Amino acid sequence: MSFVVQITSLRKQYNAHEVVRGIDLNVSAGQCFGVLGPNGAGKTTTLRLLLGQSPVNGGEIRVFGLPIPQAGRAVRARTGVVPQADNLDPDFTVAENLRVYGRYFGIPAATLDARIRELLEFVDLTDRANARIATLSGGMKRRLTIARALINDPELVVLDEPTTGLDPQVRHMIWGRLRDLRQAGKTLLLTTHYMEEAERLCDELIVMDQGRILEQGTPAALIKKHAEPEVIEVRGEEQLARQALAAAGEGRFEAVGDTYYYYTRDARAVVKHLEGMPGLTFLHRPANLEDVFLKLTGRELRD
Amino acid sequence: MAILFLPRFQGAAFAVWRRNTLVWRKLMLPSIFINFGEPFLYLLGLGYGLGLFIGEMMHMPYLTFLASGILASSSMNTASFEAMFSVYTRMIPQKTYEAILTTPLEVQDILAGEMLWCATKCVISGTAILIVAALLGAVHTWHAVWVPPVLFLVGLCFSGLGLIMTALAPGYDFFNYYVTIVLTPMFILSGVFYPVTSLPVALQSLVQLLPLAHAVDLIRPLVAGLPLDNVLLHLAVLAGYGIAGYLIAVHLTRKRLLV
Repeated sequence: MSFVVQITSLRKQYNAHEVVRGIDLNVSAGQCFGVLGPNGAGKTTTLRLLLGQSPVNGGEIRVFGLPIPQAGRAVRARTGVVPQADNLDPDFTVAENLRVYGRYFGIPAATLDARIRELLEFVDLTDRANARIATLSGGMKRRLTIARALINDPELVVLDEPTTGLDPQVRHMIWGRLRDLRQAGKTLLLTTHYMEEAERLCDELIVMDQGRILEQGTPAALIKKHAEPEVIEVRGEEQLARQALAAAGEGRFEAVGDTYYYYTRDARAVVKHLEGMPGLTFLHRPANLEDVFLKLTGRELRD
Repeated sequence: MAILFLPRFQGAAFAVWRRNTLVWRKLMLPSIFINFGEPFLYLLGLGYGLGLFIGEMMHMPYLTFLASGILASSSMNTASFEAMFSVYTRMIPQKTYEAILTTPLEVQDILAGEMLWCATKCVISGTAILIVAALLGAVHTWHAVWVPPVLFLVGLCFSGLGLIMTALAPGYDFFNYYVTIVLTPMFILSGVFYPVTSLPVALQSLVQLLPLAHAVDLIRPLVAGLPLDNVLLHLAVLAGYGIAGYLIAVHLTRKRLLV
């Protein structure tokens, strides 16, 4: 069996509102699979359904080949979960959080002690083992939550926005750890709305919006398919920016917030033109996943 | 469907019980202080004070009558408050259950563990009351060693009912209804302070539906050294409320958490 997660025509509605509208996805063993989408796209709901934490309104879910929700217990025993909001147990210290959580899996005490030591090392919290949760920074809490998710030595790790709200140092540390886990052969399934995160970590990803999958593929393939290779971002007075980019000729122009994006196969002429305009600041860069994301999920004011 | 609510994974409920025990151990000293201090003041003040005027009630010193009533009613309160306020805290603001539900445990295991813990707390605080009562000379027989196991059952009974309220509660204030409409009348009517037989006859048969009355009927003879009547009936009523409470609470909590 090569797929760790198989989802077929999955549907979920709350009252009359359909939040997951028939999605299909397969996650192969050992892959880091990303679920991208703006807030409210249905990412978290999909993860809850996957773990058997929410009744399904249609479709089929199999994890490790086992049906969800019927085999929820067996699946969760082999899965680690990093939820979007920290839900560490405030009554306990760092090490106690891991111990108490490990007991829910029925892990024997001796194994648990050894694993707690390893995991605290892994997330660099050894010297905080006896600290209370309230004294930890946001980054430390997140690292502890990741350690907690690994207490049962899971084959599949599900992470819901693992780095949201963290500073760049912690974010890079967590990315490093997630790469370590992938190296160790674990399957990772993560949701994010940070494109950089998806581009760095994911072997394959889907872009979701309003409960549907808009696109699926490797980050490189999606960029190639949906975005011109070169991008110029311009900030400054709108009239001026429009003029400058209109003069550039063929190419695609989009405005998102106060930034103007110009997508093209060859940006040299435009760059030259912009260099002569002191009222504008601009950035010339290769296309990335964010460009694909914005194109697919819209919100832009097209010209 | 209801049958499937029984905990399936061996030790699952026990893991939740151990979690709560660990928290309790951190706050053990103040807990034990109140467990011993409160009954001491109650029994001394009410038992001796009122006892002086009352003398005997139902062929036993008033102190014995009151102590056996308070054993039952304090277990009702201990289990109810733990199952409502503490469980609500773990279920909603603290998100402890959200974390537990990502492990193999399911709602039925969590609630079974909570009930075991509530019952354990009743045994701890009840044993303290029993010791205080014995020191004050209110315990007349070694049969009183059966009181803690009975309190365990009383704890299961009232925690099951309390968990229903918790599953329905939009916030802590909601519990005021249950306390005022259910717990306080039960406390006053179930023979804790005076015999049920002194109530109007119509009310007496109504009181027989209340679990606390059955708890009192079991505990009082065990403390006073009198013969026990209708043991199976009393045990069955307490167990029945507990099981019904558990099944309803599991159903409601699943509906609340697994959306």
